[in-house]
Amino acid sequence: MKNVSSDNLIRGWDRNIMASKIADDLPHSSYVNLGIGMPELVSQYIKEDREIIYHSENGLLGMGPTPNENEVDLDLINAGKKPVTILPGGSFCHHADSFSMIRGGHIDYCVLGAMEISINGDLANWSTGKGIPAVGGAMDLVAGAKNVFVMTQHLTKEGKPKLVKQCTLPLTGAGVVSRVYSDYAVLDITQKGFKIIELNEEISVEYLQTVTEGKVYQ
Amino acid sequence: MQINKIKTDISEMLSEVFDGATIMVGGFGEAGSPIELLHGLIDNGAKDLTIIANNAGNGKVGLGALIGQRQVKKVICSFARSAKGVTFPELYNNGEIELEVVPQGTLAERIRAAGSGIPAFYTATAVGTPLAIGKEEKVFKGKKYILEEALGADFAFVKADVSDRYGNLTFNKTARNFNPIMCMAAKQSLVQVKKIIEPNLTNPEHVITPGIFVQKVIKIENPIIETNAIEEGIIYP
Repeated sequence: MKNVSSDNLIRGWDRNIMASKIADDLPHSSYVNLGIGMPELVSQYIKEDREIIYHSENGLLGMGPTPNENEVDLDLINAGKKPVTILPGGSFCHHADSFSMIRGGHIDYCVLGAMEISINGDLANWSTGKGIPAVGGAMDLVAGAKNVFVMTQHLTKEGKPKLVKQCTLPLTGAGVVSRVYSDYAVLDITQKGFKIIELNEEISVEYLQTVTEGKVYQ
Repeated sequence: MQINKIKTDISEMLSEVFDGATIMVGGFGEAGSPIELLHGLIDNGAKDLTIIANNAGNGKVGLGALIGQRQVKKVICSFARSAKGVTFPELYNNGEIELEVVPQGTLAERIRAAGSGIPAFYTATAVGTPLAIGKEEKVFKGKKYILEEALGADFAFVKADVSDRYGNLTFNKTARNFNPIMCMAAKQSLVQVKKIIEPNLTNPEHVITPGIFVQKVIKIENPIIETNAIEEGIIYP
């Protein structure tokens, strides 16, 4: 089925470009938790001038890349329950310790997807209100990580703004988002509105405002 | 006489499990999930169980099978959705099983608290969300927190890697997950391990769960691998 409204949409940055922008903003020696799905791409774009340590909430600090097929160990998985590896210097811990790293404010950055982000930094990304409710570690991450980065398309599949004045979906956390990386722009949550840090080359501030609920400014 | 927590018969090991019991089940997905003990629980037949776990089972083995046998009235977990989940979704959609959704870190901390004599604690997780409804809110140093109560259980079903006869446990990689804290929070911890060693071979520096948190241990040398069992279409019982 073709989405009528998408004909008029500007093609934004692809997810690899978005991932590389996030990767560039993660400082050397950060402890980082990457959400399942699109945020996992970020680790592929870390430059060689820095070392990042990845945390997986199921008790793994120092997570490495996906193993070769013949090296898969079903006792060594990530939060998405996919096989991973552990890097030298990595460690295992139990779930309460792993979430103390999150809830105790030890994780420097987490990167998550979003369904809606409000102008005051509320995030909705765990429930559409339908189906079996399942939250996982998302509420802990947004409440505990020092910086919460959101990686998302600027618009929903139906062409509606994801950056809104007020979330309509069940919240994951209130006032928790620090920065949004969309395919159209990089935006900080501020008291004055969505502050443009970087704008897609194809897009004007005026256009960005038309596809964003709530004030955007430079 | 020597202390010896090692058992050789699963049905005897589970003989004290009763109808209406609250049971913690270790594991994150299939990693660290005590499948043989769960199958023993199906054979035992105890019903109206409340299960505390991170997930709600895959396929029709282990926790998925126990739920499929309708022995569970309520699941307390963080993530009941799974690509391979079949039994929980069916019962849930028919209104035949209760679900309490708990954020994963709050779940772990509630379990840890129960095992540590802490009746309740304040946390920032879930503040301002639907999961905070009905919970006491309090401000500390200008920040909002909600009160969460400890979560204990009658039994913990746990999978570890190695034990000695004292129940000193070590785990394998991310199969550790909830298992150690569940051992702390349950009145009786029942553990399956791949290997049993003599106490003089246990390195005290490497013990993850000290034996005081463990009551019964059984050796299951080659446990079922859930992924393979589901691919092979294995259904228990």
